[in-house]
Amino acid sequence: MSEKKHRVSRRQFLTYTLTGVGGFMAAGMLAPMVRMALDPALEAGADSDFVSIGLSEDELSEEPQRVDFTVELDDGWYQSEQTQSAWVFRNGDEVMALSPICTHLGCTVNWGTNEDNPEEFFCPCHFGRFERDGTNIPGTPPTRPLDVYEVEVRDGMIYLGQINQRD
Amino acid sequence: MLQKVYDWVDERLDITPLWRDIADHEVPEHVNPAHHFSAFVYCFGGMTFFVVVIQILSGMFLTMYYVPDIIHAYESVYYLQNEVTHGMIVRGMHHWGASLVIVMMFLHTLRVFFTGSYKKPRELNWVVGVLLFFVILALGFTGYLLPWDMKAYFATVVGLEIAEAAPFVGEFARILMAGGDIIGAQTLARFFAIHVFFLPGALLGLLGAHFFMIRKQGISGPL
Repeated sequence: MSEKKHRVSRRQFLTYTLTGVGGFMAAGMLAPMVRMALDPALEAGADSDFVSIGLSEDELSEEPQRVDFTVELDDGWYQSEQTQSAWVFRNGDEVMALSPICTHLGCTVNWGTNEDNPEEFFCPCHFGRFERDGTNIPGTPPTRPLDVYEVEVRDGMIYLGQINQRD
Repeated sequence: MLQKVYDWVDERLDITPLWRDIADHEVPEHVNPAHHFSAFVYCFGGMTFFVVVIQILSGMFLTMYYVPDIIHAYESVYYLQNEVTHGMIVRGMHHWGASLVIVMMFLHTLRVFFTGSYKKPRELNWVVGVLLFFVILALGFTGYLLPWDMKAYFATVVGLEIAEAAPFVGEFARILMAGGDIIGAQTLARFFAIHVFFLPGALLGLLGAHFFMIRKQGISGPL
């Protein structure tokens, strides 16, 4: 580390120090701004709350029934209510809630509206069909089962959480 | 690595003379604080520009969250101030920088005045400087309304009443600035447009002229 081996010219020294100090200042200035811009991407993924759909466990049967309920949407500085629907029914021991959105192109499916297949979900747009547990029937347009809501039963009342895709 | 990239580009586009012209210039002894410490007064112009750069950058980032609408403007400012990480810092930079730019510009004006740097042949640059002063003041005035809180609203009420006091054109000026008879939705949209598009455009143009002239004419001589 003798001084002779590490000759740094005045010009080089100034280049290094000025670039360093300048870079430090620029970074100090830009860091909060960039972090602010990245905020939505870094803060995303908060768990959604469960919402009551105003239906007790006793009111359920094996027959899917359509329930409309409102979800509070928190969109930055704008809060709004969104109406969502679910087909809720008893599936063996558990309670199942299916999203009514067809996995083909997003139309709304109904239970038992197809006269030939009364025990199925039916999509009127392209005749997509699903079994009672939401499994898509091969040979019809949908390529995956209906999405399911997370279900929770609290004090006998049904609460629905976020929608999950299957397969 | 960087050197190689630079050389590659330079070999094709010959960019070295471009930045050399900008970077290489005489800094006379009487404006160099290393020789006479009192020469720091010559820094105020550069400081003003530095704060203006901060204002432009922080303002760009603020518009990612701000909406110029009377229903949501306050809520969006509240959200970016309190919910967005570092939003408080970025808005703080824009808020305090707005005052600082006026202070720096004032000090720069004093330096130019007391060193007599506005005299022939630099009169035109003084004129452009005064125009810059008005643009910066207008930026401060239009920006003040945007949070759409009580202080913002009533400051604009006062400001527009001052404009209205002008003889003959007063009422016309007030209605033109407010975009209608009352200070409301149209005023906010208008002030936002002026604050983020029209005035910064004018500011950059005038700054270009300001810098072109100082480079062309050089810094004024010692006292």
